[in-house]
Amino acid sequence: MDAETFDLAIVGAGPAGLAAAVEARAWGLSVVLLDEQPAAGGQIYRGVTQANTRRMSVLGQDYTAGQNLTHAFERCGALHINQAAVWNVGRDMQINYLREGADRVVRARHIILASGAMERPFPIPGWTLPGVMGAGAAQILYKNAGALPCEPVVMAGCGPLLYLLANQYLKAGVTIKAIVHTTRRSDYLKSARHFRGALGGWRELRKGMQMLAQLRHHGVAVYAGAQALAVEGQERAQALCFKHKGRAHRIESSLILLHQGVVPNTQFSWALRARHMWSESQLCWLPETTESGQIENTHIYLAGDSRGIVGAKASATQGRLCALDVAANLHGTDGRDYEARRQTLQNELRKQISVRLFLETLYRPPLAQRVPEDDSVIVCRCEEVTAGQIRQYTAVGCQGPNQTKAFGRCGMGPCQGRLCGLTVTEMIAKERGVTPAEVGYYRVRPPIKPVTIGELSAGD
Amino acid sequence: MHTEVDPIMPTLFTQDGLADSPTVTLRFEEREISAPAGTTLAAALLMNGVGHFRTTPVNAKPRAAYCMMGVCFECLVEVDGIPGRQSCLTPVQEGMHVRRQQGASALDLTSEGDHGR
Amino acid sequence: MSKGELIVVGGGVVGAAIAFGAARAGASVTLLDQGDIAHRASRGNFGLVWVQSKGVGFPEYAKWCRDAIDLWQPLARELLESTGVDVDLRQPGGFWIGFNDAEMQARSLMLEKLKDTGAGVPYEMLDHSELKTRLPAIGPKVAGGSYCPLDGQANPLKLLHGLHAALKRWGAHVVSNVDVDHVKHKADGRFEVCSKEGTTWKADRVVLAAGLGNRILAEQVGLHAPVSPNRGQVLITERLKPFLPYPTNKARQTNEGSVQLGYSVEDVGLDDDTTVSATQWIAKRAMTTFPVLRSARLVRAWGALRVMTPDGTPVYEESRTCPGAFVATSHSGISLAATHAYVVGPWMAGLSPAPENIHAFSGSRFLNATGSSPHAH
Repeated sequence: MDAETFDLAIVGAGPAGLAAAVEARAWGLSVVLLDEQPAAGGQIYRGVTQANTRRMSVLGQDYTAGQNLTHAFERCGALHINQAAVWNVGRDMQINYLREGADRVVRARHIILASGAMERPFPIPGWTLPGVMGAGAAQILYKNAGALPCEPVVMAGCGPLLYLLANQYLKAGVTIKAIVHTTRRSDYLKSARHFRGALGGWRELRKGMQMLAQLRHHGVAVYAGAQALAVEGQERAQALCFKHKGRAHRIESSLILLHQGVVPNTQFSWALRARHMWSESQLCWLPETTESGQIENTHIYLAGDSRGIVGAKASATQGRLCALDVAANLHGTDGRDYEARRQTLQNELRKQISVRLFLETLYRPPLAQRVPEDDSVIVCRCEEVTAGQIRQYTAVGCQGPNQTKAFGRCGMGPCQGRLCGLTVTEMIAKERGVTPAEVGYYRVRPPIKPVTIGELSAGD
Repeated sequence: MHTEVDPIMPTLFTQDGLADSPTVTLRFEEREISAPAGTTLAAALLMNGVGHFRTTPVNAKPRAAYCMMGVCFECLVEVDGIPGRQSCLTPVQEGMHVRRQQGASALDLTSEGDHGR
Repeated sequence: MSKGELIVVGGGVVGAAIAFGAARAGASVTLLDQGDIAHRASRGNFGLVWVQSKGVGFPEYAKWCRDAIDLWQPLARELLESTGVDVDLRQPGGFWIGFNDAEMQARSLMLEKLKDTGAGVPYEMLDHSELKTRLPAIGPKVAGGSYCPLDGQANPLKLLHGLHAALKRWGAHVVSNVDVDHVKHKADGRFEVCSKEGTTWKADRVVLAAGLGNRILAEQVGLHAPVSPNRGQVLITERLKPFLPYPTNKARQTNEGSVQLGYSVEDVGLDDDTTVSATQWIAKRAMTTFPVLRSARLVRAWGALRVMTPDGTPVYEESRTCPGAFVATSHSGISLAATHAYVVGPWMAGLSPAPENIHAFSGSRFLNATGSSPHAH
């Protein structure tokens, strides 16, 4: 039983959480960090504490950089509670988590939520078949288990992770049958507008170009500006079909990796009833926070990708800034030290996020892949509710995502809307002819992770 | 009625080089499989040719791991008699007995009473 | 002047049932609904179609509840046939569960008293071993229970959907996203209903079924409906293979297999958030009742605001100072849905006579001698 109240509790052991812990400890705060995984690293640095040289070399520098952060965290003196499934974060500053079969509690004067991002849903025909998974998921398989595809793999979608994984696979000797991406010439033109403001723009663009060049050099078929993606198969994935330059294509594969960017994991922020705004640029909900990253009228901060996609480095900087703010609140740090550090971090952050608008525009997922036109596409995977059914709900008067529950079971399964929420919001908005902001989102409720009746009864 | 590992489903993933952690042996359905310590159960199943992990409660459709990070709830399997476990969040353990989740979770109706609570 | 023009304020399960019944009886109905943002007590109903223990000390209410049960099957059938919506009505009988002798005794006395009111509600008191033969999953710490063969359950969300679909089929006009600000009784006897945005609707009759909003609206037309919010928290499990064929007062298994576990009764104003302590209490209660639920995974907890009158029973009344204006409120909107549809709707539309003993449900019963309402609880 944790009777003590920590100065700071952090949820999430990705870059934002780890950096926040290290920063807070440097300022002398008592820190506890809770995370679902056995080891620190979140998803981007997953497995980095255990990675061998081979894996490091395949995954590359940006990944291995994570070791500095995990080492710093291990040494900083924060209490690390691993394999903790946080199921409730209250405005009363109590965190309930499940660990080793029992419900436990941690209390803190300040909380930083750093639950990161997840892959955007990819609702195309056949996306629920065994053999279809996220590119990010496949990357996790390598990071956690050193697992590589056996047969030639097909990768489809858009976004930097797609090309990154493809290059990592090349390095590891995996045969990539085809890359089918949806980025069009018009996306390059539109993103060019944001190029000058993007300080890292040249580097990002060059990185992307180099990766594509590498792929072509290795004879990987790359189809650009693809449309009408669909997975074919009865009981499992058998082929990816798509249209390219007006022609229909069908590429056989038992393993199809889909990716169209990542979106913030907003379960906690919604459950805490923070206000969220719809971002037409990121095509997702962004929790509203004060300048310092707090949910208004609370001592709860959001840092990292769960506050808006900013990438690993910026997530770490945000984590540090939030921790600094907590330290200032608690200890009234000497004005000068605090200010100088804050300025430095804010300058870093500014540089790190300057490229975001460029990337968001360049790798914007097409509408047809966010709102399926084909009525048979499953939107709510848990309850198997199709696009056609949801459109029908709207036709008979359903105004928003919460009302879909009166018409069907959309959003009521174990994932509680994580994989269908964005699609449902955009779909209803399109049918009603209003903005996603007007439609709103599911009412998210605890438990944020499932907990059994027995575990709840046993805890305290 | 628990089905065998799909005979026609190809194994999708394989180990890159030799594992540097000890091998863990466990059971999937009636088959003995192995995986390096520290890997998730979902990874172990995929590397051992398990095609689908469960069938859905609504339409009995086959599903397998999708996100590998605990947000999609597709990778649910029964572990040592307890249904609905997210295999991508469960590290492999020696002697685990894993079975496919067929439809909705079933409660263990043979458990007698509530001892001491 | 058309006698059959009716505005219903409130599209929850009470308003929707009344609007459906009125439209079906021939009235020209406009339903004004707040939409997705509404407190929507209808979304927070436990889903019991219940009669045992209703109406102690209030014989008219006991009869009202008893009659409502008989009308439920016809309603379910009609909704299925006309709209295709299946509200998952099942009436196998239901159980109240008791955890100690004191509770059991009190229950037995209460049910006996009810029987004497002549409402005709059959029941049985069951000790632990008798209960166990009916509900094998019952835990060893359960003292016993009471069983009523008339009790059952339905899906409140589907009922709401079905009623909305049906009332539209009968020609009712639904306007969504309307926040009614006030109701005016005009010199010519008609009513003007005005939204916060300034839109107005006119009709000969108006029914106030706006849940918590009734408190203010009722006074505007000479009616008294002192309703207050009362929070109930409920837990929902993942889908489970069927194991509980009967509903009980605090646990029921839905058609889809998920188990609903309840509930709290809290006086917290308009706060519909859940609390860890209530979640834990409900879980412990569930474990004691059905220990097999130990491994059942909770996927959601929610809170909703019951619309409570001071004695927990309905208000149905026509205004004397503003004839044609009605108020309808009940927190048992599921159990009474069929009565609201087939009896209350046509009456409030002026198409059938007032139900027998309806005066017993007037809101003025809450006014004490000085004209103020006792504290609602």
